[in-house]
Amino acid sequence: MTNHWIDIRNSDCILIMGSNAAANHPISFKWVRWAMENGATLISVDPRFNRTASQADIYARIRPGTDIAFLGGMINHIVSNKKYFEEYVAHYTNASFIVNHEFTFQDGLFSGYDHEKHRYDKSTWTFVKDENGLPKRDPSLKDPQCVFQLMKEHFSRYTPEKVSSTTGTPVEDLMKVWETYSSTGKRMRTGTIMYAMGWTQHTVGVQNIRAMSIIQLLLGNMGMPGGGVNALRGESNVQGSTDHGLLFHILPGYLGTPVASVTNLAAYNEKNTPKSQDPLSANWWQNKPKYIASYLKAMFGDAAKPENDLGYEWMPKPEDGKNYSWLDLFDNMYQGEITGFFSWGQNPAVSGANANKVRRAMTRLDWMVTVNLFDNETSSFWKGPGMDPGKIKTEVFLLPCAASMEKDGSITNSGRWMQWRYKASEPPGEARSDGDIMVALWKRIREAYGKDGVVPEPILNFRWDFAQEGQYNSHAIAKLINGYFEKDVTVNGMTYKKGDLVPSFAFLQPDGSTSSGCWLYCNSYTEEGNMAARREKADPTAMGLYSGWAWSWPVNRRILYNRASVDLEGQPWSFDKDILRWTAENAWVGDVPDGGWPPMADKKRTKRPFIMKPDGLASIFGPGLAEGPFPEHYEPLESPIYQNPFSSQRINPAAVIYTTKADTWSSNDRRYPFVATTHRVTEHWQTGVMSRWLPWLLETQPELFVEISRELGELKGIKNGDRVVVSSPRGQVDAVALVTPRIAPLNIQGKVVHLVSLPWCYGWVHPKNSGDAANLLTPSTGDPNTRIPETKAFMVDVSKKEGA
Amino acid sequence: MNNFSRRDFLKISGMAAMVGALGSVGFDLTPIESYAVELSIKSAKQTTTICPYCAVGCGLIVHTDKNTGKILDIEGDPDHPINEGSLCAKGAALYQLAENPSRITQVFYRAPYSDRWETKHWDWALDRIAANVKKSRDDSFVHKNTAGQVVNRTEGIAHVGSAALDNEECWLLQGMMRALGLVYIEHQARI
Repeated sequence: MTNHWIDIRNSDCILIMGSNAAANHPISFKWVRWAMENGATLISVDPRFNRTASQADIYARIRPGTDIAFLGGMINHIVSNKKYFEEYVAHYTNASFIVNHEFTFQDGLFSGYDHEKHRYDKSTWTFVKDENGLPKRDPSLKDPQCVFQLMKEHFSRYTPEKVSSTTGTPVEDLMKVWETYSSTGKRMRTGTIMYAMGWTQHTVGVQNIRAMSIIQLLLGNMGMPGGGVNALRGESNVQGSTDHGLLFHILPGYLGTPVASVTNLAAYNEKNTPKSQDPLSANWWQNKPKYIASYLKAMFGDAAKPENDLGYEWMPKPEDGKNYSWLDLFDNMYQGEITGFFSWGQNPAVSGANANKVRRAMTRLDWMVTVNLFDNETSSFWKGPGMDPGKIKTEVFLLPCAASMEKDGSITNSGRWMQWRYKASEPPGEARSDGDIMVALWKRIREAYGKDGVVPEPILNFRWDFAQEGQYNSHAIAKLINGYFEKDVTVNGMTYKKGDLVPSFAFLQPDGSTSSGCWLYCNSYTEEGNMAARREKADPTAMGLYSGWAWSWPVNRRILYNRASVDLEGQPWSFDKDILRWTAENAWVGDVPDGGWPPMADKKRTKRPFIMKPDGLASIFGPGLAEGPFPEHYEPLESPIYQNPFSSQRINPAAVIYTTKADTWSSNDRRYPFVATTHRVTEHWQTGVMSRWLPWLLETQPELFVEISRELGELKGIKNGDRVVVSSPRGQVDAVALVTPRIAPLNIQGKVVHLVSLPWCYGWVHPKNSGDAANLLTPSTGDPNTRIPETKAFMVDVSKKEGA
Repeated sequence: MNNFSRRDFLKISGMAAMVGALGSVGFDLTPIESYAVELSIKSAKQTTTICPYCAVGCGLIVHTDKNTGKILDIEGDPDHPINEGSLCAKGAALYQLAENPSRITQVFYRAPYSDRWETKHWDWALDRIAANVKKSRDDSFVHKNTAGQVVNRTEGIAHVGSAALDNEECWLLQGMMRALGLVYIEHQARI
């Protein structure tokens, strides 16, 4: 989230789309209701009339996978009806930039598309530069080649009628949503978006979010209390696990993983550090050399020296251009290229798209180590449905681990709040904390490589001084993540001693004299103490910041881009949206400012508010993504219509598609005539490992069901409670039919399209005969930017189960 | 007027309500009543925790019996600014994550081609896993790629997990896996 949970109460208009927050982030609704009690409007846009919809002032139904059409129509509405916040757009975004004349868009494709490689050459997606090397601008936003006018032209095609025919939303509902939400373009009003997997799990997932970011920029909602772009993440510490780099392409702190062709640290810094000619741009990522150096020092400690490039060579390098993402991982495992596998606190046999492919892939491993609280479909894959254990060689370990309240440590919520939690009891029986398991395993690996083995250096040099007496110590690691001065260092006239904790990332150095496991968390555990453990309730701004409760990254800033919440003089755009203000004493008061420089009116000393972008301005034209600088509607891989209403390009031209025999898919196929999506229920969580085994929860939601409309029930002779089979090109599941008016057929291009929806939290391990994973149905195709699988829009059949 | 806080009220009323409600359905509660009387809130230590389910980050208070070390109750933390003591069904059920007879409490091992689990000692399992890791890594490690660039990686071992781990555990895990040379490092955030 750019903002945070409590801040939702400051909103005038809350759009919940691609999320069912009332069901899946229930306590967030405390703050949604607070806002509503103070006059805010709640809009719910969803394929199902769900719990959120039942609370909303406005509900609009939408076909899964058509969010860009819906949002593109909103952009068209905002621009055509001049609902945008002009001063904000002109000063804080790249709307005024002049775009290269060779940039074009024609029939669903931008300039530079390679039809064979399914990729873009983005060299025409650039700005015209002036004599200083800075983008040429038209502050009046009228030049036909400026970003604003190109955007206007692009989205002029998203008329209410075209959008309605694509999404199935009646025109009057579209207008109600667009008109209501665009009212937040007024200075005094802010609107926020709460979204989740309903937007991300698509081949156009990233562009869904881009479309909303453009809307929030046009309406002047970024950086504002009650505004922002709020991703509602799904696990208690998925924010932290992402921050700490448990993904192949990023090191902790979102530093790019160094690749094979980048052979030394200087080359890494040269390639990865953005440059800016603009004196008004902070270009904060120019500090990257300090962060990568400090990370390497955290990884390799005293062994990391300037002479050996701080241990850069010991970091494993992915091959240039090769993807090691989730879908690729299981694709390669399926093809027999992976021999060993750790599934640590995860259940891919239920959560992985095309789960049959995932389960088959596991049979090709030599060994698998699983760490979990309960038995699950991954640990026990070898005795699952359709498996013959006598033919499966995989050696499997199931290691018992501690639950969250059985160990000390911190987690980071979706609002970037890092919160410490305490050990209340010992783990049961022989279960151990995951940290203890890691330390015990590493000790043995180190000992083995101390004797012999291939290239032992990275293992032997991995920093181990925090594991005191062979015991895992969460405080020691938290301090390393914050970082230390590794020798005496003088910064701004103050000398810090070797062994002092670094106060914040502003003090990190590029030469190995500081360490920091994750620069974003530098400031979280300092000489003042463990910031994540704070419990102060003061709220001086009365805007719900609670800056003394726990700690948020970066440097305890609660609302990102907050310098866009003020005008050029540093005064809030609206007096009752005041979380930051420049005072007569020439200081900022309120939230931690997103850079301490004076407001924009001070042209000598100021910096533009979007400090992580090279030019300091937010991108309406976004040249960095795989499929285009503006979002464009494409159909999901499996779709109920033959032709994309917006162009001849049916699907995302850069979509990732896999090609083993397990990767079957089929569109416009009479055998699979219904649009399917997946959803969650409040009483279960993720794959259900931590909820299906809890009787209090299982009792409320005991088995797999599929929601279908009354109309579909009539069409297929299915009554509420009947046992049915839901099938796709990839697999099938048995479920109980839940015939409900929550689901209704949609009118898509004059054709009646039926929709079904299933929760994905059930699995064959427990309870018996209560349904298996909905992901047995979903396709293994992914977004080209993130490779997130398209599990929210695919095609199925539903039929009464024979003999049931 | 009594001056106890909302939290004190919840402590007292929770226990009493449980015993009272069950009495009306015809069960013999004598053993439970005497057990309940033995349970003393005063002998419970309180720690705070954050819910392990969704990412709202609600606060909870865990009551642990100082004598037995067992968790007696888990409830919402009224002082937490996000949830102010309220919890959804999952957070409210957290007690059953801690106290649950189905929790795995031993190391389980499935041998190649076997149709069942066996139990093993930790030392045996960790020795075996370390040996497996070493073999897979040594068999698949690439020091230099075909272009002669130093890559120091293995594509023979993969890792997924976990958004359910603490920050400090996540950092240690990314460090260990990278020090081993893995490039296939993924988890819930990707999907």
